[in-house]
Amino acid sequence: MLIQFTNRGIYCPQADVYIDPWKPVSKAIITHAHSDHARIGNSSYLSHTDSESILRYRLGEISLQTLPYNETVVMNGVRISLHPAGHVIGSAQVRLEYQGEVWVISGDYKVKKDGLTIPFEPLKCQHFVTESTFGLPIYNFPESDELKIRLNDWVKENAERGLNSVIIGYALGKAQRILNALETDLPILLHSTIYNTNAALGFDNSRYIKFTQEFKKEQLNPGVVVATGTAVGSPWLKRFEPYRLAFCSGWMQLRGARRRRNADKGFVMSDHADWKGLNEAVEATGAENVYVTHGYKSVFAAWLRERYKINAVEVETLFEGEGVENESPEPEAPQQ
Amino acid sequence: MKAFTELYSQLDQSTKTNDKVSAMVTYFTHTHAADAFWAFALLTGRRPKRPVRTSDLKLWATELAQVPYWLFEESYSVVGDLAETISLLIPLQESNTHKSLTEVMNEIIAIQLKPDEEKKQWLFNFWNNFSREELFVFNKLITGSFRVGVSQQLVFKALSKTYDVDERVVAHKLMGDISSQNLDLKELLLGETASFDASKPYPFYLAYQLDIPFSELDDIQYWQIELKYDGIRGQIIVRNNQVHVWSRGEELMTDKFIEFDILKSLLPNGTVLDGEILPFKDNRILSFNEMQKRIGRKNISKKTLADVPLCMMCYDLLEHNGEDIRQMPLYERRKLLETVINSADTSVLKLSPVLDCYSWEMLDVLRNESKTLGCEGLMLKHKESIYETGRRRGKWWKWKVDPYTVDAVLIYAQAGHGRRANLYTDYTFAIWDKGELVPFTKAYSGLTDKELVEVDAWIKKNTIEKFGPVRSVKAELVFEIAFEGINASPRHKSGIALRFPRIARWRKDKNKEEINTKEDLLQLLNSVS
Ligand SMILES: [Zn+2]
Ligand SMILES: [Zn+2]
Repeated sequence: MLIQFTNRGIYCPQADVYIDPWKPVSKAIITHAHSDHARIGNSSYLSHTDSESILRYRLGEISLQTLPYNETVVMNGVRISLHPAGHVIGSAQVRLEYQGEVWVISGDYKVKKDGLTIPFEPLKCQHFVTESTFGLPIYNFPESDELKIRLNDWVKENAERGLNSVIIGYALGKAQRILNALETDLPILLHSTIYNTNAALGFDNSRYIKFTQEFKKEQLNPGVVVATGTAVGSPWLKRFEPYRLAFCSGWMQLRGARRRRNADKGFVMSDHADWKGLNEAVEATGAENVYVTHGYKSVFAAWLRERYKINAVEVETLFEGEGVENESPEPEAPQQ
Repeated sequence: MKAFTELYSQLDQSTKTNDKVSAMVTYFTHTHAADAFWAFALLTGRRPKRPVRTSDLKLWATELAQVPYWLFEESYSVVGDLAETISLLIPLQESNTHKSLTEVMNEIIAIQLKPDEEKKQWLFNFWNNFSREELFVFNKLITGSFRVGVSQQLVFKALSKTYDVDERVVAHKLMGDISSQNLDLKELLLGETASFDASKPYPFYLAYQLDIPFSELDDIQYWQIELKYDGIRGQIIVRNNQVHVWSRGEELMTDKFIEFDILKSLLPNGTVLDGEILPFKDNRILSFNEMQKRIGRKNISKKTLADVPLCMMCYDLLEHNGEDIRQMPLYERRKLLETVINSADTSVLKLSPVLDCYSWEMLDVLRNESKTLGCEGLMLKHKESIYETGRRRGKWWKWKVDPYTVDAVLIYAQAGHGRRANLYTDYTFAIWDKGELVPFTKAYSGLTDKELVEVDAWIKKNTIEKFGPVRSVKAELVFEIAFEGINASPRHKSGIALRFPRIARWRKDKNKEEINTKEDLLQLLNSVS
């Protein structure tokens, strides 16, 4: 087998390289910069070009080589290339080919277009490693434009009542989508983690106010605040009162998840594939062997076996999927 | 249906009491009478019988959603709510119906007796023509509990605002069993003397735990001191030669308390008693559990009747000779109460004794002694007090024996250790805070092994979400938590930390609407610190 699942991570012995390892190794290919996939301590890193600045921002001094999509590097005879995963900016599926055996390790992915990241590219292979964060038929996410209308209506409604709109989403991926969707003349204030992440991504910050200690209530009056999950329930939020609180996450599909978070509003917005997306992606690969990682592994694998009559098995990993409690699979500050 | 769905979503999503009230006011103002009545009935937990069996519902939903049954069950166990699961699995569509809430409700009632095949077609017709939100609300109507996080009191408040009628008048006119009638709410609330259902109880007057120093109270001679009983608060109503027994949870429990039936010949028509229903035998109060077991039974045998006889310990008279006397001062009501009880002369009605007490020091002694009498402490009622509506401060106080207790609902569970490693035995509980449940304490032990197993099985069936070893469960089971003290704690989300919290008992007689609020605990906190 070209790929093994080891206790350090997904491993290719022939190329002596790991994909998203969770313990330090000598050579690591990183699918994307979320903290459960990109960890510190590896001797050398390979990632997509667009992940470079954010990886350096988050992991500090690392030895990093980058690769554009669809360009091949050869490691001891194994042809390795990166392909768009549509998850967050710079996220990649890793394709490995050796003596006719083709594997695709998709990392985290979504099939729906978000207008921000390069869309997911379906790849033919024999072995496909897929996530299953939302691998149940109850997860069917709305289209971006529908979401956009709902989000802007909510912000407008709040503003008319003199209320600030506080929107929670994690800094890499979700925050940029939220900002992209917002169509308003109201002032928009960003939590500093988000502001800094934007800067690292080259996302234009000129329209936004960065939160600092000098912040005055009157700067909003009313306005929009975009913050990460760490702000929820913290005294930091108090200064924006009166406000209404919204979460943006795939989990918001479930009423219970929304209520437990004490949210006024939940927007179903995810950077992961929904049920339909997962099924489409697996079907498009034509793979006979599917390895199901983080999420509803056993259920999704059982479904794939029953529905498509393919060899689908669940694989234990340390990937976390979309954060439930703090919505934030990422460190608060850059580690220097 | 659209307007009601919109109302439901607003109530469901809002965490602010004022937002909820204004959403209801808007709805009641703009909707026509029949729909308004149904909305009121549904929001206050009155609902027609389930028209479709749960097993059929699941089967037909899997058929329409085209998922295998096992996958449906997996989804259901993650969502934790049948109505929601179905609404998420059925393929999404545009709303395509203009039926009013009343039309939908009438159909739900009418379909009950139809053959299964007809029911199925009827369901598919709805399921294929509703938006996801409508689908969810509709499914809620035909499945289990229809709750939306508004208390009855809040609905009364909204109606009071809508029609500009005193909240207490609203409460009384709308208490009790009115689901069978198609009422015009506006007419009923604004009407001078609407004819009431003869079974209608008065809203209960509830006391707060005493949390201010004696120095702020009137002299002790102005207070009527009674024991605080540990039973079921109830009202016995005798009107038109019929007896009705209501619990504080607003359940009509006449058929559970059959010994009160004789009162129709012993009490004059137009009598309403307020008191505590207690299991009482050989001059002694039996344990609360005994009564609970009896209530749980479908049929009450002669043996049960003999083993666990009930009585009402009466402490107030609300209606006398058909006249509402709640505005009379307590000392006058008490005199009438004594006459009524004495002339009825029956063992099922007892008069709650008034304790002699001449000083606040003595009161403290009495409170501690109350425990030996099977009571939980004392009641302090101002002799001039009228009979108020709902929970109010000032004229009535309860002064419980330590430890303190709080009623809370179970929301998270985690497996125990050692002998109990397979059982979910570590619980996290929540109380209300402005209409939302907030976790505030963990509590261990206190349950019997049998109860633990029962709760464990329930947890496994009612899990909503798993995070590592922790499961979140449907907020449904109510427990009484006893504790030794309370402190402010900024570390806790609720801002409160309890000392030595433990489960005192499982309150199967209470539902989550009746548990304590964060405000209750903050008041307690202020009174002890
Ligand atoms: Zn990710
Ligand atoms: Zn992931």
